[in-house]
Amino acid sequence: MVTEIHTKEEILALLQEIKDPEIPVLSIQDIGMLRDIHITNNGYEVILTPTYTGCPAMGIIEADIKALLETKGISPVKVSLTYSPAWTTDWMTEEAKLKMQRYGIAPPKHSSCGDLATAEMHVACPYCGSKHTELISRFGSTACKSLYKCEDCKEPFEYFKCH
Amino acid sequence: MTQQEALFKYILRLGDNALIHSHRLSEWCSNAPFLEEDLALTNLALDMIGRAQALLQYAGNVEGKGRTEDTLAYRRSERQYYNNLLVELPNTDFAYTIARLLFISAFEKEYYAALQKSADSTLAAIAAKTLKEIKYHFAHAHDWTIRLGMGTEESHQRIQNAVNDWWMYTSELFEMDETDDQLVKDGMVPDLKALYPAWLQTITDTLKAASLNMPVTGYMQTGSRKGIHTEHLGHLLSEMQYLQRAYPDAEW
Repeated sequence: MVTEIHTKEEILALLQEIKDPEIPVLSIQDIGMLRDIHITNNGYEVILTPTYTGCPAMGIIEADIKALLETKGISPVKVSLTYSPAWTTDWMTEEAKLKMQRYGIAPPKHSSCGDLATAEMHVACPYCGSKHTELISRFGSTACKSLYKCEDCKEPFEYFKCH
Repeated sequence: MTQQEALFKYILRLGDNALIHSHRLSEWCSNAPFLEEDLALTNLALDMIGRAQALLQYAGNVEGKGRTEDTLAYRRSERQYYNNLLVELPNTDFAYTIARLLFISAFEKEYYAALQKSADSTLAAIAAKTLKEIKYHFAHAHDWTIRLGMGTEESHQRIQNAVNDWWMYTSELFEMDETDDQLVKDGMVPDLKALYPAWLQTITDTLKAASLNMPVTGYMQTGSRKGIHTEHLGHLLSEMQYLQRAYPDAEW
């Protein structure tokens, strides 16, 4: 039984502290992974959706959520995964995209519904803003990013793929 | 066969295809032609292992005997695996790996698009999710097929050999057994035969763009729907399952 009542808003505010371990400037809310919180007599259920099916950060995020809420006296906490609706970069806020760019990752520019060829063109360099850039590989250090290089400032950079 | 039994066996097939293809791709880790490709092939492997995890977990739930995705992956022998023969064949060389990825991703692109309409909401959700990833897999295979086909005489010959040699494993992708018949009738899964024309068109267009010849259709391999595999699957499993077989229930 839940003895002390914590509101959904309170929990959502606390969970702002939970960052994506791969992009530590973004919270799981910024990135659109946190879908919902259910509060019942049996406890608190946090609903997440994975960015990619094989995202290796899910285990860490789940453990972070449980640890954080426990220190605030919120328990029992259950973290559940949902696949539907499928995660999309369209859920990312403009603020999140700006934070990502300042961190050095080019944010997704197009809707996930477009075709790949359009999504991959004219990606702006997060360092100098030039659109004179070239795709090196569709797959980068993590599943969600591809590799680019800037033809003007000559810096390599990562682009968060439209998904 | 009850619907539950049919569904369990069918989801195993989907999960096994993702798991075994993933394992083959992961063998490229630190062995790919260059660093970016090393990252790309292992990224593909990661997508597929994520898909395998979701599917095998669901298979365990459907079966209802307490088996988890790990039990299903690590405690079955080759006769209990239902992946298509094509995904278990050794990587051979980079061209063969790309030709396989082309055949499989072109198939999965059509397959998972159709599975999104499944009457089973879990399968539909996994399909919608995985389809986004498969689009990138196909783009990768497509671009490399063209690059190899239009590259040097050597690269052209190698990708042509790969496409020719593995053609005999492609008709199995569309084979349907009594499991399929039952689930298609219930609107749970797509009719595989109906996906063939679109797949063939994609392959024809890609090979043409790469200035490669369409392979000649002759004898076609079969067996996996009954759990009959090539000798390669046993070797793959003995490596993949070693730790859980030697130290049952060992945890990371």
